[in-house]
Amino acid sequence: MENLTALVATQTEHLLEIAVSALIVIGAAFTFIGSLGLARLGDFYTRLHGPTKATTLGVGALLIASVIYFSTRGEGPSLHEVLVTVFLFITAPVSAHLLAKAALHLRVRSIAPPPLAVEGADAGQLRADVPRTNSAGRTESS
Amino acid sequence: MLSTALFIAFTLVCGALLLSLWRLLLGPDHPDRILALDTLYVNTIALLVLLGILLGSALYFEAALLIAMMGFVGTVALCKYLLRGDIIE
Repeated sequence: MENLTALVATQTEHLLEIAVSALIVIGAAFTFIGSLGLARLGDFYTRLHGPTKATTLGVGALLIASVIYFSTRGEGPSLHEVLVTVFLFITAPVSAHLLAKAALHLRVRSIAPPPLAVEGADAGQLRADVPRTNSAGRTESS
Repeated sequence: MLSTALFIAFTLVCGALLLSLWRLLLGPDHPDRILALDTLYVNTIALLVLLGILLGSALYFEAALLIAMMGFVGTVALCKYLLRGDIIE
């Protein structure tokens, strides 16, 4: 019976180590892929896409690995990693939104083709160099 | 096994830091640089968590939390400056 308990404890420890190692490698890989996207993608709006993966999946997996690692060391559950996770998950969309707003405000170059002249005053204000079209599709003379 | 995983992870995160630094130096626009700084903060948090696991010390999470807060405030302040030309109006 004692042998069985010891065997179960060893197996559990082994499984936990495998889980922690896998989560660490997955998280680091996502962090690397996020920065690779930041370095390699074509313009700012596509570059904004990469680091969000690093924030949510990469750091999230690393912090889950940390929770498992420190919770199974016999000092009770360790939950202050959850604070970092919650803070990052709340702030990442806010900062991405503000960055996109700043880029749109500064009219940063985009690899997407410029939008065709759309009806309405807003479109005309956005693209002053494109001739406005009226509802029939003809170009206005003035 | 854990030490091998930690070695791989440290290599990957340091590569991520170098790629973000490259984008920070290259630009070409101000939002690109701010985004690269934000990514550097996130990569540093990942590196600190890995260091905490390697050394078996829970001391580094306070530092990670502080970096997360300061990084967010810095990003918001820089974006606000780009948007409005002023930080506190």
